Amino acid sequence: MKPAPFEYLAATSAAEAAEALAAANGDGKIIAGGQSLMPMINFRLVKPTILIDINRIAGLDRIEKHGERLRIGATVRHRMTATDALVHRHIPILHDAMHHVAHLTVRNRGTFCGSVCHADPAAEMPMMTLLLDGTIAALSIRGERQIAASEFFVGSLMTSLEPDEFVTWIDIDTLPPETGWGFEEFSRRHGDFALACVATTMRIVDGVACDVRFGMMGVGETPLRLPDIETLVEGQAISERLLQDVSEALKGLLQPNTDIHASADYRRHLAGVLARRALRDAWKRATFRKDGPDA
Amino acid sequence: MPEKKITLSVSVNGVAHTATIEPRMLLSDFLRHELGLTGTHVGCEHGVCGACTVLLDGRSARSCLTLAVQAEGVEIETVEGQGSVDQLGRIQEAFRQHHALQCGFCTPGFIMAITDMLRHHPLESDEQIREALSGNICRCTGYEHIVNAVRELARERGPLT
Repeated sequence: MKPAPFEYLAATSAAEAAEALAAANGDGKIIAGGQSLMPMINFRLVKPTILIDINRIAGLDRIEKHGERLRIGATVRHRMTATDALVHRHIPILHDAMHHVAHLTVRNRGTFCGSVCHADPAAEMPMMTLLLDGTIAALSIRGERQIAASEFFVGSLMTSLEPDEFVTWIDIDTLPPETGWGFEEFSRRHGDFALACVATTMRIVDGVACDVRFGMMGVGETPLRLPDIETLVEGQAISERLLQDVSEALKGLLQPNTDIHASADYRRHLAGVLARRALRDAWKRATFRKDGPDA
Repeated sequence: MPEKKITLSVSVNGVAHTATIEPRMLLSDFLRHELGLTGTHVGCEHGVCGACTVLLDGRSARSCLTLAVQAEGVEIETVEGQGSVDQLGRIQEAFRQHHALQCGFCTPGFIMAITDMLRHHPLESDEQIREALSGNICRCTGYEHIVNAVRELARERGPLT
């Protein structure tokens, strides 16, 4: 199908974009990479009166380290995140995750922030933002609002962004160099949306896991952090027994959907399998990296 | 509500074009209907099949997920820039040699995606080649011959510097 008519503005400053978005009274849309928005516009699922293109706004296309956080600008493409040296060095789990994001051609255009705004419950970047305690900067003519990732994802394809707000950057945690990680995703074809995915990080202190983070996607209405699993693993050494407890606990915690891709039962089963693999990988990597990231 | 038309200047395969178009016009339709460059094929129109792949400033992109107005000032490359029937481009020649096409509908998208791959991606193993090709769908070949063609092209190119 072809898009319904709309006006187009190639904004040259964030303020100009914010003003145009406010003037559109909730019927405007921001476009960066367009890899999620354009299919919806082509299908006329979304019919904006105006598309505001932020690609020509200077300064949004950077990844910068601010203290212990990495700040990813609104027009940073997946390709850049996948090849960025800061990401590779400070958040290797994100570097790993990028290999699962769509396909080469889509990664050339699609953006980190756009994927988070689209909030697909089976997309990697929303889950990684949640896992890395992200902060989302939302700009409007009323000013900048910083939203914690834990408050951002409210439903499938739904966020707490107001209609006149758009994202200018997202901040995420870097990880201490001795952190181990596991990232396990299952999809039918490489690059497709996940049927289930686990991302986890931990350090080993005195022979047990600490600072455990455990996130999942594809198994609920939003990406998930699972504090119950984090508590279960925290302070423990990874053992067959513990992994068994984790997969049992997941069965009670998850309420995945049944759709044409997979049944809820299958997704729950996958969750347990992927959780075991990811936790084992994280433990193994944390064991190696205890003596420094290059050991 | 009548849309405000926008004047657009682009370069396609090194040739400059100016046109006044509606903002909603997809780049794929602009190439085909405004410029008559029908080598770029339109399959699914929602970014899944890869048939409409072109290069924007040297990187592959779905032309069905790009608005023509977004290409202002961009260097566009399409399959027409690769070669002609009498003088096939190198990738086209490899496709012919390896029988990497049958109906040919998906081929322009593959050729353009492979152009990007050969310029920017290591393609050191079949696994890497298959992963790189995973964004393009072919319903005839079963991909085997396409992988063979890309393997030869990658070998010919050598390691990326």
